[in-house]
Amino acid sequence: MNQITLNTLSTEMAEISAAYTAAGGDAAVLRKHELASLVVSGNKVLNANGTEGIVLEKHETEYGVDIKMTIKKGYKIPLPVHLCFGLVPKDGLQEIKMDFVAEEDSAVELIAHCTFPNAVNVVHKMDAQMLIGKNASLKYTETHFHGPHGGIQVIPKAHIKIEEGGRYYTNFSFVSGRVGYLEFDYSVDAGKDSICEMVTKVYGKKNDKIKILEKISLNGENARSVIKSRLAITDDAESEFRGITEGHAPRARGHVDCMEVIQGNAKAEAIPIVRVDNPLAKVTHEAAIGCVDKKEVETLMARGLEEDDAIDVIVKGMLA
Amino acid sequence: MSRDGKKILRGVNLEVGDREIHSIIGANGAGKSTLAYTLMGLQGYEHEEGSLTFDEEDITKLSISERAKKGITLAWQEPARFEGLKVRDYLAIGAKGNGGITEEELREALRKVDLKPDKYLNREVGEALSGGERKRIELASIITMKPKLAILDEPDSGIDVVSLKEIINFIQTLKENGSSLLVITHREEIAAASDKASLMCEGAILRSGDPIEISEFFKNRCIPCDSRVSPPKAV
Repeated sequence: MNQITLNTLSTEMAEISAAYTAAGGDAAVLRKHELASLVVSGNKVLNANGTEGIVLEKHETEYGVDIKMTIKKGYKIPLPVHLCFGLVPKDGLQEIKMDFVAEEDSAVELIAHCTFPNAVNVVHKMDAQMLIGKNASLKYTETHFHGPHGGIQVIPKAHIKIEEGGRYYTNFSFVSGRVGYLEFDYSVDAGKDSICEMVTKVYGKKNDKIKILEKISLNGENARSVIKSRLAITDDAESEFRGITEGHAPRARGHVDCMEVIQGNAKAEAIPIVRVDNPLAKVTHEAAIGCVDKKEVETLMARGLEEDDAIDVIVKGMLA
Repeated sequence: MSRDGKKILRGVNLEVGDREIHSIIGANGAGKSTLAYTLMGLQGYEHEEGSLTFDEEDITKLSISERAKKGITLAWQEPARFEGLKVRDYLAIGAKGNGGITEEELREALRKVDLKPDKYLNREVGEALSGGERKRIELASIITMKPKLAILDEPDSGIDVVSLKEIINFIQTLKENGSSLLVITHREEIAAASDKASLMCEGAILRSGDPIEISEFFKNRCIPCDSRVSPPKAV
């Protein structure tokens, strides 16, 4: 095991640990030396633990950190790698550049918490390039918490390339606190026999604005993918969803599944787009926007819940 | 109760006694499910005339939640699916009004409907369940709620025939635990296990009484009825 702990600034570490907990993370994992972790507050790397099989390079920049993480060939990392990106002050800019490589036959799970608990005027940008090598696997879970003010712009952009037999699963969750302004833009190039599953769950409130663009190009034979989005918006929130899947190769299979629940004065738009230029490929889609299903609500009411509580249970289940 | 200008329920006069199993039988389209939905107070099934009395209290104007809190509940013929909602959480919802539920009570409720707790407690009440599994979970949710009146709409539908005895046991267990039951069914066996039965035709209760006699009447007079537009003449 190779432990590298850098720039441990106790006050900032304590603050970001508290913010990490607010985002739903267990701060204790950031102190366990047997777990790989990376903690970035603003443009400072507060903690970086690597474990065998992981090469972690980081470079602090004016407004953020450039990170290169490589999972070495053949290594199956047994425990999740924990990442924390955040900004504790109420205003500021954070720019994260991520260059991730999972080399051939490697496997890793990354759990990221992005936390901005006091955000009033904060911008968080992430620009990621990810390469999932031949027969490699990446499971990536990202959970956001932005506090109650909604004064934040979050602009994550990523391009993922999956090589032959690679597997990429991502779950982006944004369900507690305010969203603010979210512009999510992920695109995937999927190679032969690869699997890609992208799940986004967002709960928008008040005047939150949510834009989600997910695009998967099934370029290789037998490549398979699912785009699944679950959005709930209420009050005056607005959402736009574009889920694009392109089938370019024989026996490529893709599906786009978008479900949105709207309440109050919220406005939602969902456009699943399927493009196929290979006669042996097949891509399907489904999209539904509307109020919470009446039968579900009445079932829970018949068990004694008030209507608002029933809707809350249904929405939370959908976003769980 | 009418829909698109057509009367769905007409002059229904029905009484379910304390700890009584009361079956409602009748042909498709007779108004049995509509009666169940009306008693539960579902949207679109609001009554137009008459009154509903429960425990000597007029509940005609109460909402679904208010009726449920009084102890009335409904198990749908085709229960709703809930994405992301775990079976354990679903079963616990109905028990909130009784001060909550223990882990062992949750497990026992699933065992009562012949589902293995370890296999099902942490599954979602979602699309991955088969129709029969979902139906059994619906019945388990009635057990955990401990209602005063359980309205069961076709409790055996979607469940294999060999399990009919289990359904009858389930109904009798609910009764032993203090519930009254209004059971909508096509099954002669379920009707036979009831204390009383009523026959519905064209939105009206045609006759009530001994379940065997009502069943026989239904088999001999209603099933052969060609049009079922008009109720057969009483004998």
